Amino acid sequence: MDRLPRWADVVLVPLVSLILAGAISALVLLSIGQSPVEAFNVMVEGALGSAYGWGYTLYYTTSFIFTGLAVTVAFHAGLFNIGGEGQAQLGALGVALVCLSLDWPHWTLALAAATMGAAIFGAAWAAVPAYLQAKRGSHIVITTIMFNYIAAALLVYLLVDVLRPDGQMDPASARFPAGAALPTFSEIPGIRQLYAVMGPDGVQRINSRGEPMYTGVPANVTLFLALAMAVVVWAILWQTRLGYQIRAFGKSEAAARYAGINPVFIIMVAMLLSGALAGMMSVNNVMGEAGRLLQNSSEGAGFIGIAVALMGRNHPLGVVLAALLFGFLYQGGAELGLILQIPPEMRIVVQGLVILFTGALDMMVRMLLTRIFGLFRSQKLGAA
Amino acid sequence: MAADGALAIELKGISKAFGPVQANKDINIAVPRGTIHGIIGENGAGKSTLMSILYGFYKADAGQIFIGGKLTAIPDSQSAIRAGIGMVFQHFKLVQNFTVLENVVLGAEEGQLLNTSLAKARKVLEALSRDYELDVDPDALVEDLSVGHQQRVEILKALYRQAEILILDEPTGVLTPAEADHLFRILKGLKEQGKTIILITHKLREIMEATDNVSVMRRGTMVATVKTAETSPEQLAELMVGRKVLLEVEKKPATPGAVVLKVEDLRVNDEHKVERLKGVSFEIRAGEILGIAGVAGNGQSELLAALGGMMRATGKVTLNGADLPLSGKGSDGQSRRRAGIAHVPEDRHHYGLILDFTAWENVAFGYFNEPEYQKNALFMDNEALRADTARKMEKFDVRPPIPGLAAKSFSGGNQQKIVVAREMEQNPDLLLVGQPTRGVDIGAIEFIHNQIIALRDAGKAVLLVSVELDEIMSLSDRIAVMFDGKLMGFRDPEKTDERELGMLMAGMTGKGEAA
Repeated sequence: MDRLPRWADVVLVPLVSLILAGAISALVLLSIGQSPVEAFNVMVEGALGSAYGWGYTLYYTTSFIFTGLAVTVAFHAGLFNIGGEGQAQLGALGVALVCLSLDWPHWTLALAAATMGAAIFGAAWAAVPAYLQAKRGSHIVITTIMFNYIAAALLVYLLVDVLRPDGQMDPASARFPAGAALPTFSEIPGIRQLYAVMGPDGVQRINSRGEPMYTGVPANVTLFLALAMAVVVWAILWQTRLGYQIRAFGKSEAAARYAGINPVFIIMVAMLLSGALAGMMSVNNVMGEAGRLLQNSSEGAGFIGIAVALMGRNHPLGVVLAALLFGFLYQGGAELGLILQIPPEMRIVVQGLVILFTGALDMMVRMLLTRIFGLFRSQKLGAA
Repeated sequence: MAADGALAIELKGISKAFGPVQANKDINIAVPRGTIHGIIGENGAGKSTLMSILYGFYKADAGQIFIGGKLTAIPDSQSAIRAGIGMVFQHFKLVQNFTVLENVVLGAEEGQLLNTSLAKARKVLEALSRDYELDVDPDALVEDLSVGHQQRVEILKALYRQAEILILDEPTGVLTPAEADHLFRILKGLKEQGKTIILITHKLREIMEATDNVSVMRRGTMVATVKTAETSPEQLAELMVGRKVLLEVEKKPATPGAVVLKVEDLRVNDEHKVERLKGVSFEIRAGEILGIAGVAGNGQSELLAALGGMMRATGKVTLNGADLPLSGKGSDGQSRRRAGIAHVPEDRHHYGLILDFTAWENVAFGYFNEPEYQKNALFMDNEALRADTARKMEKFDVRPPIPGLAAKSFSGGNQQKIVVAREMEQNPDLLLVGQPTRGVDIGAIEFIHNQIIALRDAGKAVLLVSVELDEIMSLSDRIAVMFDGKLMGFRDPEKTDERELGMLMAGMTGKGEAA
């Protein structure tokens, strides 16, 4: 059959999908009496126009990279891990327990320990559905969805009855010790100077140590952890025997059996890796931003990860780029509600359209482009 | 009403390109009414594309189709059916849990009530089966029918839709020799009633046996159309490949050595707990090829799967005197490979290759733990793998010799060469080979057969499973026939013939031997 050239597959298809999603979004905006051009400007300005905007955009991006990678790893093993949300919530619990366990002397130690905690808790939450899938054939989609609900209920119980300090009103853990606070971008040398050039990045305050600090710029060093994980995932999948077996198993279970690949082992390892990555997302929001464990800390990022992986073609580089796009949509969408009289639901509509076009309707765009390319080619052949 | 000289189908200047690949180039073909017309060609020669254009699956880039002398446009298969064309696919398109009658009517129902259609169809079927030896119980469930009978249902479906032109795509691949003979009798009966039949096959013997005229395709072009009576298999093979081909395998007499594989009372149950292998015993010596003949689905696949470590089994299997575990630890494909068993699986698309993987990734398939492919404890040595693949591709004449190309981009023959190269180059003690030349073109068949013989001459044991009797007869040093999960007996290929083997394949013991 006719095929698209590789560049068109990787660049053109997502681009056309995005343009289509944008066009429909514009129609929706017009229908509620808003100017799409103005809305677009607000989104770009709000997400990318200032250090403040970038701070939020990259903060969201960080979370989406983790959850996108989580979906990617499972996907390569032929498993659809919908449980990123629950695994991230358990990861958050791991982060909180580590951070609260002792008075951390330095954030680097705290980060290393909290990352381990997040990964172990996330992986443990993925282990049960993985085992049920590997040994009993219980479908991973169903079990991971169920585990999302169990995770949410478990966290509510823990936050209300166990982790909540006496006398506190809201269901949340105690604040983490200062040593467990991660440097935000405005505290990292180099990026700080870059921020200064870019203009206002939130409200400047004097922190407890008497230094100037910026609030409301939650992007933090976890971004670099996320990028490192993207490289690690790439290396595991394409440079190691384990990744080779995962990909082979994901492409064809029957062939994997012929090659002597142990299905139980692969399902378990892939899901543990996936759960660990989803759990690590919580380093970003729980440790990097909130500074304590809150209810529903993952804020749906586990689900966005599915769209990110889908759009990123299940390649770590694609995941990073798609995460950036969704970070932009998240932050820009929030600005819409603040500046224009556009209901905040609008951002969900825009995100939904992007997911719809880049994910579900991907084949439609692909077939359309394939046909156009085919016409183009046969004309060339005819002329020759 | 036999052949009256008028043309049933005439194709003029048909061309079709898929991207840069010209699948059909200016094809002209004329099929007189009331004849059986064979179309042969290697895989990828464009036979299927041409038939798909005729049946409305593809639209030709250029050219005209005349049906019964009238210029006809065939934009979809409904138009093809209206024009009187019926197609019997290689893979049947039947609803397994419908009766024969329901399958025949499906898609051709008249009115809202099913009963009127069914009653009408029953009458038509009775007439058809009377006229053409096409007897099938109209109320039998399709899933209970043998493959040969299922094929008859497909033919009945076409005839019920008043097909005047019947296209059969590789119809005998799944049939016993006796069933194939019966099919050809049916086709001759249809021809005598004035139907026109197009037979697509790669088996020269069938062309010689059944057709009146034969067209040969090569690389998208029609190289010749000749009267069958005036040609020979050798000439047809040469036309197909473009060079002289040895149809007979040349081999020295076997010099069997010590017993390599000893199988005793091997039994295998499938996932539905149905016993597929019912106590099979045999041995293979070094430097010997044991061929397992039989109709597909009689337990040969399970035999290969059990020995290759893909299915659990019971019984006793020893390799070079050492016990092979048949279930649990040590019974997986990795352990088998370590023990010295290489396995060219029956279905390369399903088992032997990952089609989306590159050639070099596929060369590591099953052997990813080999030390030569590791850079260090952590990483695989992808560069070494590429180099190794390039070497194997050259030795086995894989074209194009590009290790980075996805497996799906190679032709069937070259895909199979990749699998054969991977398995043979591991220097195994025992080679399991299933359907080594299924969907492989004649040139590559010759090459693969020679490689199997060479491995035998190097003192290795070979277990060959094939549904192609010709292949079994020409390669094997001993032949065992499998039927219903049991071996029906061993034969010397020099002292048996297709008739005797065909009887055994159908479950009838020749020479009064017990089953």
